[in-house]
Amino acid sequence: MKLKWWKILCIVFLFFTFTAGFLIHVPIIGNLHQSIRNFFFHVPMWFGMIGLLSLSLVYSIAYLRTQNLKHDVYASEFAKTGIIFGMLGLATGSIWAKYTWGEFWSNDPKQIAAAIAVLIYLAYLVLRGSMTDFDKRARISSVYNIFAYFIYIPLIIILPRLVQSLHPGGMEGAKGGGNPALGGGSLDATMEMVFWPAVFGWLLLGLWISSLKIRLSLLANKNLIK
Amino acid sequence: MSKILILLKKDFLLEMRQQHTFFGILLYVASTIFVLYLAMGQPESTVYNGLFWMIQLFVCVNAVAKSFMQESKGRMLYFYTITSPVQFIIGKLIYSTVIMLLMVILSLVLFRVLLGNPVLHQLQFLGIACLGGISLSLVFTLMSAIAAKAHQNAAIMAILGFPLIIPQLLLLIRLSRAAYGEVFREGALLQITLLLAGLDLLVIVLSVVLFPFLWKD
Repeated sequence: MKLKWWKILCIVFLFFTFTAGFLIHVPIIGNLHQSIRNFFFHVPMWFGMIGLLSLSLVYSIAYLRTQNLKHDVYASEFAKTGIIFGMLGLATGSIWAKYTWGEFWSNDPKQIAAAIAVLIYLAYLVLRGSMTDFDKRARISSVYNIFAYFIYIPLIIILPRLVQSLHPGGMEGAKGGGNPALGGGSLDATMEMVFWPAVFGWLLLGLWISSLKIRLSLLANKNLIK
Repeated sequence: MSKILILLKKDFLLEMRQQHTFFGILLYVASTIFVLYLAMGQPESTVYNGLFWMIQLFVCVNAVAKSFMQESKGRMLYFYTITSPVQFIIGKLIYSTVIMLLMVILSLVLFRVLLGNPVLHQLQFLGIACLGGISLSLVFTLMSAIAAKAHQNAAIMAILGFPLIIPQLLLLIRLSRAAYGEVFREGALLQITLLLAGLDLLVIVLSVVLFPFLWKD
């Protein structure tokens, strides 16, 4: 097995996350108690999702510019892994929410935004599945991917200003009850030491999963895609 | 510019000649609202508002869907030889916006007649409804182009479009509460309106940039 440096880095980071994440001393903030450790698993999912979906966008644009089917395979596999990260983020978030906010789902803007992202990219997959012609599928789904991404970005900027949030860093002056303000600035130094490796570890894992799927897909279609 | 006008004229001429499709959608609007009336009588303002925008969403899917789906493959090839994609998409955007605005006004009247009138500021609501009609029709025009290119029915258009329309729809629902008498923070109304206009502009730019890629086969 040939391990590239970033794969080794991914293993090291995730190993660090799973050990240090459970062992370090965490500050007790509000009603979070030890559940704050979920921070190392839940939050990186969003970094992973946005990162992978952005890569998918980049490859969709590349496809439209070069008409190289390889780029379309990249775009679709990144989108698929992005959806998985989104779903994992929703799951970890809902469980966390159940024990801190009392409900699995409380119409929080970030929950809504994540659910919409999953919906959009599932629609993207439905669209891809509805066509059999390779070139056509690549072209039409790239167009949808680009359009959707640029509509989605304003959404995540607008939504938090419209709906009250329980998440840290929500609407001004409308912080949810019992919610600790755990914004980026107030992150504890020891937590930050685990948090950033966790983010990069999970992101690299996403890239790794996608790269395997891309290789598989390219092999399966090697007669069609040069 | 003149080519856009000719394309528009052709679309409206077709609309006049094939009146059954236009009246079909009118009937769709009317019967949906009538069913609503039978189901819930005259609801209070929150429900009224929610229903109004949901109906607009479904009307839009039906009204705008045909703007691309009515074009046969041969005819698209013909357009391909005589116009540029940018002119073509602009023509279609204007056409579906006009159709949608007619539908919005009709459903406003029907809502007023059948479901009562919790709206305090009529003109303001009319303005918001028109803005909403424009936003909806712009997004769904490109979705219709995608669905038509994929040789799919209107169902895929709904699947593709619904998650994308959520930001506009939320803003519209929020904005229309002003017309029901809710008091907003100073400047908030203008802010939301500008945001909606900005989103519309973004959708137009994206459509113009992306449509040329859809169009060539």
